[in-house]
Amino acid sequence: TSVFMSNEALFQFLHSEIIQYVNSAETGESENGRCVSKLENMGFRVGQGLIERFTKDTPRFKDELDVMKFICKDFWTSVFKKQIDNLRTNHQGIYVLQDNKFRLLTQLSAGKQYMEHAPKFLAFTCGLVRGALSNLGVKSIVTAEVSVMPACKFQVMIQKM
Amino acid sequence: MSRQSNRATDSKKMNSELFTLTYGALVTQLCKDYENDEEVNKQLDKMGYNIGVRLIEDFLARSSVGRCHDFRETADVIAKVAFKMYLGITPSVTNWSPAGDEFSLILESNPLVDFVELPDNHSNLVYSSLLCGVLRGALEMVQMAVDVRFAQDTLRGDNVTEIRMKFIKRIEENLPAGDE
Repeated sequence: TSVFMSNEALFQFLHSEIIQYVNSAETGESENGRCVSKLENMGFRVGQGLIERFTKDTPRFKDELDVMKFICKDFWTSVFKKQIDNLRTNHQGIYVLQDNKFRLLTQLSAGKQYMEHAPKFLAFTCGLVRGALSNLGVKSIVTAEVSVMPACKFQVMIQKM
Repeated sequence: MSRQSNRATDSKKMNSELFTLTYGALVTQLCKDYENDEEVNKQLDKMGYNIGVRLIEDFLARSSVGRCHDFRETADVIAKVAFKMYLGITPSVTNWSPAGDEFSLILESNPLVDFVELPDNHSNLVYSSLLCGVLRGALEMVQMAVDVRFAQDTLRGDNVTEIRMKFIKRIEENLPAGDE
């Protein structure tokens, strides 16, 4: 067994423990929204750090699409061990990244069960993507949606500066 | 294309950095949420415990390690198999108590603190407390009650990082009634 694989197990356990913690720490009316944004913020920090180290020796990107392709292929493979399955764009700053078997959902369910918990398991990754893009000079809003687990779509809306 | 060619090596490194950085983000958040370092240590330990009770199953499934017959064997498995498997390091096992119920793990490097520097106002923070919880939780699932704490920590100015483990007792298995 490689450190690579095991480390992934460790990350997954840590990730769900963080969700558990953030969830229990937040009580009150807007708890869900606050919980999600806390997770998103943590992901943002991590995404920033990762991309900084990961692109240290890579050539400059041609354009926004080039950056998105990098996120879908190299970045996703490094973090989740697979590429994004489908990338769509309207060429006006909206990108939809579809992962048919999202790593952080596969342990949870393969159907409609636990659907109400899915957003919590996506928030950190939304932040991860936003943080990575941010350090590549692309400001964005990243959201996610699930129709049937473990497939999900991340929507990236580029904010023009 | 050069970008693609070094992907394999990069991704391995990146995966461990993902864990390290995520852990860092968690500690940062806890420091915001709690007023003092002791509370943060406690929370990290608790989360580690929850991870440990689950991680032990992953560990037993991946490794072919059977039941340990004594605490020395347990120490060896932790240092040489478990730490190697999950963190890629092999701590040395030292400072056995005469009774053989207490030992230290000396960590040359601690992947959890790779990018960390403790600010002065967090002198009581035991940054890697999670590890204590993980060890305690995992061992509890194999019927061993063990006290785990950091005796030394390079982050706090010590020369080495030392985790002290003390065997407390064997936990009796609670068999369901009539299932003996």
